[in-house]
Parts: sequence; C-alpha cells; structure tokens
Amino acid sequence: MPAEAALLAHRRVDDVLAYDGGRPIRVSEFLADVQALAATLPAQLYVLNACDNRYLFTVALAAALLRGQITLLPSSLAAATVQTLALGYDGLYALSDKTDLPLPTVEVARLGKEPASNVPSVPAQQIALILFTSGSTGQPVPTAKTWGSLVYSAVSEAQALDLRPHSPLAILGTVPAQHSYGLESTVLLALHNGFALHSSRPLFPADVCAALEQIPRPCLLVTTPVHLRALCALDTPLPPVDLLLSATAPLTDDLAREAEERFAAPLMEIYGCSEAGQLAARTTTRSPEWRLMRDIRMRQDGTGTWVAGGHVPAETLLADVIELRADQRFVLIGRTADMVNIAGKRTSLSYLNHQLNAIPGVQDGVFYLPDGDESQGVVRLSALVVAPGLSLKHLRAALSLRIDAAFMPRPLNIVESLPRNSTGKLTREALLDVVGQLRRSAP
Amino acid sequence: MSSNQLSDAPGQTPEEAELASLVVDTLGLETVPAAIAPEAPLFGEGLGLDSIDILEIALVVSKKFGFQMRADDADNQKIFSSLRSLNQHIQLCRTK
Repeated sequence: MPAEAALLAHRRVDDVLAYDGGRPIRVSEFLADVQALAATLPAQLYVLNACDNRYLFTVALAAALLRGQITLLPSSLAAATVQTLALGYDGLYALSDKTDLPLPTVEVARLGKEPASNVPSVPAQQIALILFTSGSTGQPVPTAKTWGSLVYSAVSEAQALDLRPHSPLAILGTVPAQHSYGLESTVLLALHNGFALHSSRPLFPADVCAALEQIPRPCLLVTTPVHLRALCALDTPLPPVDLLLSATAPLTDDLAREAEERFAAPLMEIYGCSEAGQLAARTTTRSPEWRLMRDIRMRQDGTGTWVAGGHVPAETLLADVIELRADQRFVLIGRTADMVNIAGKRTSLSYLNHQLNAIPGVQDGVFYLPDGDESQGVVRLSALVVAPGLSLKHLRAALSLRIDAAFMPRPLNIVESLPRNSTGKLTREALLDVVGQLRRSAP
Repeated sequence: MSSNQLSDAPGQTPEEAELASLVVDTLGLETVPAAIAPEAPLFGEGLGLDSIDILEIALVVSKKFGFQMRADDADNQKIFSSLRSLNQHIQLCRTK
C-alpha cells in the first residue's frame, strides 16, 4: 500500500463532488471549503463529527484529516454517552451543523471563497477515525481506522457493486454518515471513486423521491429495509434509479423483488460491521449467498467466524452465525445470542443490561428481544426491571441518557424480582414465563 | 368526551384521542392512549420516539389521511413535538 493517499480521487477540479438540493458543488469548491474550515479548527487531537448534512460532514471530516485530528464517531449521541466519551478523549470538541451537544462545538459551514485546486494527500497510516460499538462489558469499544484502509475499502466496494470509478454516479442516502454503512457507502464511496453525494438525508418517502429528482442519472440509492418498505407503500410511481443498496437489517426476498420492480433497478445488499467494516455483498433476488469483498478471507473455528485481510484492520470475530460455502461464499444463519439489531442499529444485550443496572436504585434488570415478525413493523426490545421506589417515568428518563432511542424498551415492566435460577442465570424460558404472566394480568 | 379517571392528561380533543390510539397501536407502545398529554413531547422524555417511529407514523398517516409527510412543509421538529402539533398538521393536510 502506498505511503499516502489523496483526499479524493476525482480527476478534474470541475468534477461534481456533491449536490446541494439540485445545485452541483465541484471539487474546487469542496477543496476551498475544506481548507477554510481546517484553518478555524482548535488545536485538539479528537473531534466528534455530528453533521447532519452529508456534504458538511464530508467537509468536516476532510478538515480534521488535514489538521491531523482524529474524528470520533460514536454509535449514539445520547448525552451521557457523549459526556463519558469526553472524559476518555482529552480536549474533545464537536464539529456540527447543529448546536445541541454537551461539548464545545465549532459550527460547520461553507467558508470557502475562491475555488481551490490543490488536492492534499494524507498519510495512509494516519488514524482518520474511531468508530465505537457497544461492548458486552457496558463500555463502548473503539475501533480505529487508518486513512489508507478507508480508501482501500471504498475502492473494494465499487468493485463489489460493479461500479466503474470515475464514471459519473450520484449517490443519495437515507442513512447517517456517522455510522459505518452510511460513511462507507455514501461519503467514502463518493470521495474515492470520483462520484457525487447528495447533501441531504431524507426521511419521508416523498422527500426521498424529491431528492432523487434533484440528481442526474446514473444514481444510487443507499438505504435500509425500513425505508424501502415506506417507499414501496407509496401509491405514486417511484423515480427510476440505477442501483439500490440496502443494509443494516435483513431484507426479505419479497421486499427486494418489489423494490427492484418499483425502482426499475437491481438491488444489492452489503454485509459488514463497525469493527471490520463492510465485508461482503450480494444481489438479493439472484442468490442468498454473500460474496466477500477484495482480499477479505473468512475462517471458522470453535469460537465462531473470523474475517481478515483487505481493509479489515485486525482479525475480527463476527457476531453472526455463518455457513461458509465453496469459494468463500456464505449465508447468514442468525445472530449470536448477545447481539441484536433494532431498526437497523446493532447493539449487545449485555451492554444494555449494564446501562440499565447502572441506574441508581435499580437492583436487577434485563433487556430481551421478544419473538416477533418484522413485516408488522420494527420489533422493539422489552425490559424487566426490579427497582423498588422508582417510577417508570424516572427509569425511562435515566435510561434515555444512557442508550440510543432505538433501544428504549417497549414495554418496560417493573417487577418484584427476576426469575433467576440457583446459579443466578436467567433462562429465556423463565423470562418469557414472567412476561406471559404480566400480559395476562394487565388491565 | 369521556376521560380516564386514572389519566393525568387533561383535554385530548376527539381527533387527538383518535391519533393517540393510532400512534400507540402502530408503534406497539405500552402507554394508554388517553394518558398521552396533548402538549407533552413525543421525543426524548415524553414518549421517547426515534426517527424510525416518525417514519412508521408517517406511513400510517399517509394511508389513513391521504397525504404524504414532507420534511420541509414546516419544521419537522415542530410537527412532531407533541400530539397536538401532529394533529394540527394532519387536520391541515388531510385529504381523506
């Protein structure tokens, strides 16, 4: 791998790097915005990038890189999580287009005046970011990513999706740039293959369609099953795209087929995790088998399934039960017991249990995932808690400071005790028994 | 208009009550619809909804009231800030 990698791969300064609404932003304008912002950053090592606007996120990421600063991307911006992060990372400040964080914040805006033409290079070994995942011990676990590995990963992704670098492609995403999938498949995919990204992150299906109409073909929609379901529920025709990408949660074959038909485009899925990054892709309606990305290898042993090679920083254990097939293809069987995926966000049940039990006054508590069918809507976690003297309202408020809103239990039930056995273990059977009793006695 | 004696949430209009039931049913919340105070926050401390919930609400609202939610109709935060503001927006935009 070369010692340095350019900030971006676009070949000409008047190439389009982004669309702000319908308005193109060229490489020369981006470079000017980055340089201008970089000059205003305080001299700190760590910065939290909380920009909602995808273009501004990218400017902020690049500015931090040029100043040799490491961008932190926690999986949640819950107040207590951010405050704890600040304790561990000296001098942490935020770069954001909003102002609601409990950190000193530099507001990100377009500050460039004259178009610039110099494309900086960044050392491949420079640590560009740290992503955090919920560890089973209750502390967020950091994974550092070098600039070189991010560049490599972006080029591997284009290959896996059969996209030709430097051939025009406009990318619209409904997923945040702060999370692994959005970061890789919108920001990095655009920067390192000469593509363009749309600055917004539309939520409602009507807004997704409006944004798609603002970008030229060919275009890629980077999204999730929840959004695809909402889009397919529209009565009106959907704007055509050239490729659909889905990740973060399992996609049913039916929804995949429907999306392909409605958007008149092939649909691919990406599989990966924050620790290792994106790992594999598949064309869902053609085959359930995943194909590993460039140079990534998978092996299995008594502990589980490991990945290494390519852009994966170190051999990483996967949180899924995998059936490895010939030619390093695989299918997903299910999740290992501790990991859950709620509305496309992944966490560890042990991590959540730690957060719950850390609330003063809570004697015992457990999160669980009820059996449920995703086609009826997102299945949410439930929790049982033993906390004499605490109200539900108090518990919810305390919990909401510690965990992402997606994982808030519905319902949260206060009980007198948890049915632990003589060794202190709580079996799922005993748990569901208690839940069943609660339901039967509910008004 | 009847009110649940146990509820400390005053003055839901009939439309707000209907919307409260729709929200509770759609999202599988344990809250009793009549107990949702019309001006209480839907995010964070109130009902604790997240953006996926907003999307799911928008989906049922479009089916039931016949219009599509848009982020730039007005400030999104404001529309979803309470049951009352959400209902006001629906009454303004409904076609069914």
